[in-house]
Amino acid sequence: MEVELVEIADHFRRYEPFDALPDEVVQQVAAGVEVAYYRAGSTILTFGDEIHEVYFVRSGSVEVFRRNGTLYNRLEEGSLFGQMSLLMHNRVRFPARALEDSLLYIIPEEIFNQLCDEHDAFADYVELGDRARLRQTVSRAQQTNELMRTRIQQLITREPVSVPVTASVYEAARQMTEEGVSSLLITAAEDSHQVVGIITDRDLRTRFIAAGLPLKVPVAEIMSEELISVEAQQYVFEAMLSMLRYKIHHLPVMRDRRPVGVIALSDLIRYESQNSLLVVARILRAQDVEELKGLKQQIEASFVRMVNEDANSQMVGSAMSVFGRSIQQRLLELAQEKLGPPPIPCCFVALGSMARDELLPGGDQDNALILDNSYDPSAHGDYFEQLAIFVCDGLAATGYPYCKGGVMATTERWRQPREVWSRYFSEWIEKPSQEALLNSSIFFDLDGAWGEVEWVEQLKEQVANQAKKSPHFLSALARNALSRTPPLGFFKDFLVERDGKHQNSLDLKRRGTAPLAALIRVHALAAGSTAQNSFDRLDHIRDADLLPLGRAEALRDALEFMSVVRLKHQAENLVQGVDVDNKINPESLSQFDRRNLKDAFQALSNAQKFLKFRYPAERGPRRGR
Amino acid sequence: MLYLKPKKKSAGQAAPDWPILFDQLAKSITNPLLQKFYQSGVVPASTTLADLPMIALDIETTGLDPSRDAIVSIGLVPFDLQRIRCREAAYWVLNPGKPLASGSVVIHGITHSEIQSGPDLIEVLPELLSALAGKVVVVHCRQIERRFLDAALKERISEGIVFPIIDTMEIEVRFQRQGLLQRIAHFFGRSPESIRLAASRSRYHLPHYTPHHALTDALATAELFQAQVAWRFSPQTAVSELWH
Repeated sequence: MEVELVEIADHFRRYEPFDALPDEVVQQVAAGVEVAYYRAGSTILTFGDEIHEVYFVRSGSVEVFRRNGTLYNRLEEGSLFGQMSLLMHNRVRFPARALEDSLLYIIPEEIFNQLCDEHDAFADYVELGDRARLRQTVSRAQQTNELMRTRIQQLITREPVSVPVTASVYEAARQMTEEGVSSLLITAAEDSHQVVGIITDRDLRTRFIAAGLPLKVPVAEIMSEELISVEAQQYVFEAMLSMLRYKIHHLPVMRDRRPVGVIALSDLIRYESQNSLLVVARILRAQDVEELKGLKQQIEASFVRMVNEDANSQMVGSAMSVFGRSIQQRLLELAQEKLGPPPIPCCFVALGSMARDELLPGGDQDNALILDNSYDPSAHGDYFEQLAIFVCDGLAATGYPYCKGGVMATTERWRQPREVWSRYFSEWIEKPSQEALLNSSIFFDLDGAWGEVEWVEQLKEQVANQAKKSPHFLSALARNALSRTPPLGFFKDFLVERDGKHQNSLDLKRRGTAPLAALIRVHALAAGSTAQNSFDRLDHIRDADLLPLGRAEALRDALEFMSVVRLKHQAENLVQGVDVDNKINPESLSQFDRRNLKDAFQALSNAQKFLKFRYPAERGPRRGR
Repeated sequence: MLYLKPKKKSAGQAAPDWPILFDQLAKSITNPLLQKFYQSGVVPASTTLADLPMIALDIETTGLDPSRDAIVSIGLVPFDLQRIRCREAAYWVLNPGKPLASGSVVIHGITHSEIQSGPDLIEVLPELLSALAGKVVVVHCRQIERRFLDAALKERISEGIVFPIIDTMEIEVRFQRQGLLQRIAHFFGRSPESIRLAASRSRYHLPHYTPHHALTDALATAELFQAQVAWRFSPQTAVSELWH
């Protein structure tokens, strides 16, 4: 008798390739499986054994090995294994072991073969196994870099030292001296596990001694309250990103919301020979534009080194964006030395890839100025125009070319009061026209760089709230995101951009990372996310269940792989001393990279198909491709 | 995972000599179905878990009192230490012949019309008994399954049923940390929260299943037993150490 195993069928349905199968077929599969529990560390498949089944990881995780014992793949919930062995004369080729306590649903060969015969989507999935391949490549790359493999908790050498918020600065300083620490956590008076602030040696110097405060002043008066912290489980590179991003040198480390230690910049230096933070410090100390120009080489050297050390794209993109933002900040400070302080409050805004923390060498500058609502063109117009010209010229001189579309603070339209900016966004969202959006989608990646940055946070909130409720806007934005497609036939017949100059090459930004970032932007706005970074956006998209299960992860891997190929290409450009571009020559890629790139393009293409299906074209003629 | 010394099964609860008891019952019983069931026998008490044919059983009832309440559904999954065989699983929704409190409808997710159209236990008895025959039954909380089946059969054919049972809940209790609070709670008749099926499963990192569906619960119990053996016993453990 065949009975319905709801629990098993429901779980299959959540994962590829079962999600593509008709309901009744999934039920048949569920009714035909066997189930087995494997305790962590126990052997599941032994090399050379006969095999007549395919294994589905219901829970736990499984490691698959090569014959020589090296790890081939690590499989999580929802993964299949054993299919290659089944296709290869029913002998186990890749032994498997339970890494954690695991529950497996085991599909007999006859059912598996029937699924392959009758359902193309299923056959494609199991035979290509492209996602697992890409996953494997990406995770292997990340394991080679110590920054990305070491967890923060490994850097903690001692318990955190703290005083209650009621202590005086004198008591705090004595405590620091006795314990020999350069920073001190400040905890709530009633709960010594609740961190409310931090002070450092530097705070004692700048906020206490230099300010001439009396010894008994409460430590609360000089502490930093907006605490940036990291979790003990995070990787060292994430601590590094936080330090870079917020320009701080001490980070409290938390576990279960309790402080377990503090790490300092000096703890990270050994992981990175020429620390990126030192480059930032040099930028912020530069005396004039000439000196900033001179730092371009250091920035490029830093980039090449990170790429060569196999940093992931998020780390490289963040570091490059921090460099760019720091230069912008320094230029704004220099501009004020020349022009005087702004007559009214303002905010300099980074747009596009810098706002997404995905800036790479040679990336255009995209920026804007938001001015206080009291802006009076006749009284203030000249000042802000001069400011914008100084900064944009300075950026162009230091390696950030002018934006060809004029999306810069020097364009009057992009140098407007808050209320105008709020109206711009409302109009884009309420009355979306594809043409208008084509030129303005860049504004939906925005980040406050200097000045009244909270205005930008408010704009982000406005966008997040309005966009998710505006199907027309999302549809129009989706259409835009679909205007560039990945070159799926690329490796078959070398069908590449034939624009004369770069014959037989492929623009990996235009046909890969940019359309993917655009696609991620649409889903992120639909999810009401205020995140800007594509990887952060993917997390929110996944949490909002906007994509079929596993797709967000597939896109993450695709983005990471395409980005890394881009990074390597650009690092090579820099080393060879030629202009940096994104044109990849397929002949310069290894067989391995080609295959992975193809898988990444396939993932992007699948995601575009889903986007098209999710946001069908609205009335009106469709744009040609 | 905690490794705690198992408590010995208490002497008062010593299991009967099942093979002998089955022999006697096969001779004394009059109902032909039950006769056949007992004739198919029981594995010897020395059988190791590695060689033990088992079947996970779960029944859902209208309440907790076998004299008043009735069975509404039965789920079965045969298995051994290696594999749980879903293909041979069985599931019946039965007509209890008694009005169903609306509360238990909510719990089991079974509708009145399903129950109305369901067969009586007597109609599925041949299939049920032949599935159980020759196997050791594994349940979570043996009182329910054992008492309800016995009562239901007595009501219908005037003869009850007994069979050896491995109780995954009892196994959990054996390994429970016996703190003072737990003992006090136990004394007052409260079964510790942590030995319920879902909580027991999570201790072995088994996934969450939606409870109170007889077939899902039977599957969940089979998985739990595989995990218990993997962590607490060995394939060489004799069934006599576990059955009741």
